[in-house]
Amino acid sequence: MGNEAIAAGALAAGVQVVAGYPGTPSSEVLETIAKRNPGGVHVEWSVNEKAGAEVAAGAAYSGARSMVTMKQMGLNVASDPIMCVNYIGVKGGMVIYVADDPGPISSQTEQDTRHFGKYARIPVFDCDSPEQAFQAVQDAFAFSEAHGTPVILRSTTRVCHACANVDVPEIKPPAPAEGFVKDSKWVIFPGLSYRNKQKLVSREKEFAAEFSSYQGNTLEGSGPIGIACGGISYAYVKEALSILEAQDAGISRRFTVLKIATPYPFPNQLADAFLDGVEQAVVFEELDPYIEDALIYEQGRRGKSGQVTIEGKRTQTVPAAGELTVATVTDILRQLVFVAQDAPTAAADAPAGSDGASAGSGDAPVEPGHAPTDKAAAGPDLPVRPPVLCAGCPHRGSFYAVKAAVSKALPSGQAVYHGDIGCYTLGNAAPLNMVDTCLCMGAGITMAQGMNHADKNTLNFAFVGDSTFFASGITGTVNAVYNQADMILCVLDNSTTAMTGHQPHPGMGITMMGKKVDPVDIVKVLEGIGVPWIRVVDPLDLEASVNTVTEAIGQSGVRAIIFKSPCIALFKPSRVCSVDPDSCIGCRRCIREIGCPALSPDSSGKAVIDPALCTGCGLCGQLCPVSCIGTDRPGAGKEVSR
Amino acid sequence: MRNQTTTLQLGDPMVKSCLLCGVGGQGTVLASRIIAAAAMDNGLSAKTAETIGMAQRGGSVVSHVRIGKSVASPMIPMGGADVLLGFEPGEAAASLPYLKAGGTLIVCRQEVTPVTAALGISGYRGGDCLDYLLEQVPKCYIIDGEEICKACGSPKVLNVAFVGALCASGQMDLTLEDAQRALRARMKPQLLDMNFKALELGAAAITRAGK
Repeated sequence: MGNEAIAAGALAAGVQVVAGYPGTPSSEVLETIAKRNPGGVHVEWSVNEKAGAEVAAGAAYSGARSMVTMKQMGLNVASDPIMCVNYIGVKGGMVIYVADDPGPISSQTEQDTRHFGKYARIPVFDCDSPEQAFQAVQDAFAFSEAHGTPVILRSTTRVCHACANVDVPEIKPPAPAEGFVKDSKWVIFPGLSYRNKQKLVSREKEFAAEFSSYQGNTLEGSGPIGIACGGISYAYVKEALSILEAQDAGISRRFTVLKIATPYPFPNQLADAFLDGVEQAVVFEELDPYIEDALIYEQGRRGKSGQVTIEGKRTQTVPAAGELTVATVTDILRQLVFVAQDAPTAAADAPAGSDGASAGSGDAPVEPGHAPTDKAAAGPDLPVRPPVLCAGCPHRGSFYAVKAAVSKALPSGQAVYHGDIGCYTLGNAAPLNMVDTCLCMGAGITMAQGMNHADKNTLNFAFVGDSTFFASGITGTVNAVYNQADMILCVLDNSTTAMTGHQPHPGMGITMMGKKVDPVDIVKVLEGIGVPWIRVVDPLDLEASVNTVTEAIGQSGVRAIIFKSPCIALFKPSRVCSVDPDSCIGCRRCIREIGCPALSPDSSGKAVIDPALCTGCGLCGQLCPVSCIGTDRPGAGKEVSR
Repeated sequence: MRNQTTTLQLGDPMVKSCLLCGVGGQGTVLASRIIAAAAMDNGLSAKTAETIGMAQRGGSVVSHVRIGKSVASPMIPMGGADVLLGFEPGEAAASLPYLKAGGTLIVCRQEVTPVTAALGISGYRGGDCLDYLLEQVPKCYIIDGEEICKACGSPKVLNVAFVGALCASGQMDLTLEDAQRALRARMKPQLLDMNFKALELGAAAITRAGK
């Protein structure tokens, strides 16, 4: 996997301190480093990306090679230290690994880290395949240390999660760091920043020249049609050219391909050579038109006559959002060849490939296969399958308990449910419909306060997971207590960071080094902050949960309920529930109310439970009006041991 | 010193592609890893791309596997899959545009009812999708995943049964022995017997149908 290749590359480069916060598609880098730790590498899941970046910076000040890993949304959290360490610089190599998520597939937004690098004036290395990423991370460390600057290593989902053959050398423990040497250059002050800003600007030209001869940046072919690309788009371009070549031998000789592996500082001399050699150019890249803008800038800077036309996202030649596909690239290239040959084609008038992530109607088949349109015209109903909370997920019980208590205690619509980032965002799906707002990590807690200050008639619930609570929920809770908010905080404590793959966090009593430590107790944290009303309840005990929520609704001020039950992926279920078909009256209450994926109606309308999915949580049985599910009494679900 | 312009290298045109589609939790990711590993053990280059993250929670998932001398993109183009492994009939129908004309489809008979269909928000019947697939794809093989899992004693071996079926189809130049070797190197020894049985039963489903 690309992330594993990056981990192997970091270990080969002698990384000594690695910190990060989990986030798809970045998480496997840190996990792999922990798994392959040759000894002597400190690996930690920090409470959030800001903490991780600061840990890495401190280590790099001491002369150690350090790395911090995060997804693109996490870069926003880490931007405070990163926007300062850029000015200060480092002694040991420091690589900031950021995984971008074109689509987006599992993120709130599409965000392009190449811009951040330019904004922060931090050199950016980009990854286009697992094989190249293995080399790129080693190059990034070497560059960082040689120039005393932090470096960003950027990757995207299809590189992070693509697997390929990579030969990895034997990993040796890192050499000990020289240690911190006291000097005023490590203390950020206005005067120092003024001087360092000048260096940041002046080094840009020097780095651009160095990158122009960097082996990762390549110029291939010598045809009149230029293709500029970077990241996974390079693989799509290669594939598209293979397809065109197979259809029309010799056609690939019409192209010149520029691959940008260091988006910032832009390798302008190499870009010049590219622009000199082509008559027109098209840019394929995901997220923002970064390379496209850099080429347009470069062309303007050159100020020469005989400029080449540069097409891309700005000209709406390439889709503005979503992932690129080989089909889209192939179609655009085919059209460019036709236009270049002055062959009139109706298709050339239409904006090419308006689709993004979906394999939809704009994603024309490369060869006549089973065209999507065939299916749409005559095919059967396809399953509509958005991601859902797993069967047996304790969050389902938490959401349902709040919903049930509110429906009895409050007029419809008065309660507002603020979600957050994690598995429990999936509480938005029918039939729960329990997420009214969702923004970013920890935002639910503070948005609940703002809404209450603006509209006293609302009762605001904030749902936050245990890992998210530690990452960015604590300050929001302090804010609520201090500023006299009226809200109900629901901590959905499943004792893990579930969505990103079950990473440990401060509440779990284990570190990424495998060490047992005292867990940070959420109840004690809340007590310490001064939350006056705190209850802990098992969300799979429906009656107790509903009673607790009802009690909370009757209070005022900041109230906290900790719904505590472990993620079902952490243990093997010791039993399953089943429906007694003779007693089932086919009312479908179990299916309608909680939407568990293990429950579905059979042909006669009676409920059936899929034993392969059921974890025996027993929530459905607590809803059944005729008690026909299983033999377990309410609350028995918690007896399942890990 | 500027980089020298090099000649444009293209990928291997003989790349074989297999798309696996199903529902999060069915084990498509592991199956794609085993297929890729088996090919790598044979000295070939392999690339895979998988759905990881939010969609894994009971959503639709696809894994791309590409094998050849040199593979450029991990993603299979539309109409570029030599084989489509459909772990669920509706998901197979949804991914059908990936299958080459004349390509091979292997699909599991049993449907997984999505919550939206259980709630009546969407209509979906696996049987309709199977009929449609049989009508659309000349080389369509149905395997009875439920029966195989029952015979092996675990609901978790569907993915390995599919690997067996793929080997038996002969479409990816992999043999059952290749798959066994890949499993042996990557699986706990106590799970091997059960998974070897799943491989064989998956393969038998194809050979019985007269590949």
